[in-house]
Amino acid sequence: MSNNVTSQILAFISGRYPQVEISSSDNIFQIGFVNSLFAMELVMFIEKTFGVTVPNDELRIENFHSAQSMTELVDRLTPATAGV
Amino acid sequence: MAAPVLAAVDELVEPVVDRTSAHAFAAEHIAPYGNEFERAGRIPEQLLERMSEAGLWAPFLPPEIGGSGLSMVTLGELHEEVGRACSSVRSLLTVHTMLSWAVQRWGTGEQKARWLPELAAGRTLGAFCLTEPDAGSDATGIRTTAEPTGDGFLLNGGKKWITNGQRADLYLVFARLGSSIAAFLVPRNSPGVGVTPIRDIMGTRGSMLAELRFSDVLVGPEALLGPSGFTAGMVLTGTLDLGRYSVASGSVGIIQACLDACASYTTQRTVGGAPLRDLQLIQAKVSDMVTDVRAARLLVTEAGRLKDAGESATIMATWIAKYFASTAAAKHASEAVQIHGANGMGGDYPVGRYYRDAKVMEIIEGSNEIQRITIAAEAYREMTTT
Repeated sequence: MSNNVTSQILAFISGRYPQVEISSSDNIFQIGFVNSLFAMELVMFIEKTFGVTVPNDELRIENFHSAQSMTELVDRLTPATAGV
Repeated sequence: MAAPVLAAVDELVEPVVDRTSAHAFAAEHIAPYGNEFERAGRIPEQLLERMSEAGLWAPFLPPEIGGSGLSMVTLGELHEEVGRACSSVRSLLTVHTMLSWAVQRWGTGEQKARWLPELAAGRTLGAFCLTEPDAGSDATGIRTTAEPTGDGFLLNGGKKWITNGQRADLYLVFARLGSSIAAFLVPRNSPGVGVTPIRDIMGTRGSMLAELRFSDVLVGPEALLGPSGFTAGMVLTGTLDLGRYSVASGSVGIIQACLDACASYTTQRTVGGAPLRDLQLIQAKVSDMVTDVRAARLLVTEAGRLKDAGESATIMATWIAKYFASTAAAKHASEAVQIHGANGMGGDYPVGRYYRDAKVMEIIEGSNEIQRITIAAEAYREMTTT
């Protein structure tokens, strides 16, 4: 699940900024292309793609630093699957 | 000047739930009075109440809190039909929609419970307060401040060109909070809030613009809307996105209204014994209106569809729709006046008002120059380096 989430997030970022190469642990804020418009797009993408709602108290910069931190956010917001 | 008086209605106002009902409402209660609203510089309470009865203020809110659960595509159609009748009335819907959406999207449970039923019913009307005397498109330049206190926040500063600032009950105020910008819900009757009407304005003269002053306005912690810190900008971005969508929809309405007026006028008005419509230069103008209104409507509908789908691409789609529709509205409103000749300059026809109102569309919710920069940046951003 997590690897798939990470790859989808990286694909989204790469789709928006094809000229930038990033890894899952790179801090996208330090790269310098994040503004409020892209932040809004990121939140919409995460909510739409992974079927979650990001509550206000999770809208913290550390949750959006990197594809990895966003993956951890998605994991926290995704209800645990019942069963085995 | 006294507010216009609407004709009495014998029956209950029908609910507005789609384009057809919106058109019927606007044709009966708004369009016949558009020029009067402009002359009076205000929208009468009578109409505001009828809009409440029709459920027109925030019909995108869910039914359980008083809305109609309408999609964004349908909301755009409603705003187009209202804008087709009168841009001043549509502008009231725009800012009310922005505030209502922001509370729904970013509000706490307490904020939603307190405000959304009021906003849906139109018992509380909202206004969006970002622009300042020295900061318009450059939102980072705002100087209004929010200083944390033990009891909440102390607001100081001023806002200008606030649509419905004279009448709105609740303001969505953007202010500096530390190194960020934050949004606050401020009732108009809060101690320290000063409201000065702006009456000398070229377009949307009925939109009850005001300049606001916040002098040591103390609000509680419950006034802060949405996240603080870096994501606070998203409240602004998201709210402006919806405002842009409404303005784009209203611009489509202006083009359609120009087309309606010109088709009628050129059929009745004769020159050299034949109707104006027989002249090919007139036909060229009308054909361009037909083409652009369809193109603009498609762009708006696509932006609305993406909103309904929760797709992040809606933000850029809305920029493009607003840029195209507002530019086309200004162009065709100018042509509509031209087609009407001297009659277009006078007050007996609506096209002079369309012309004045259309110009506003190119300026608000991000000037078209800013929009072109943003749209071009998107094109360059998507370029690969190979």
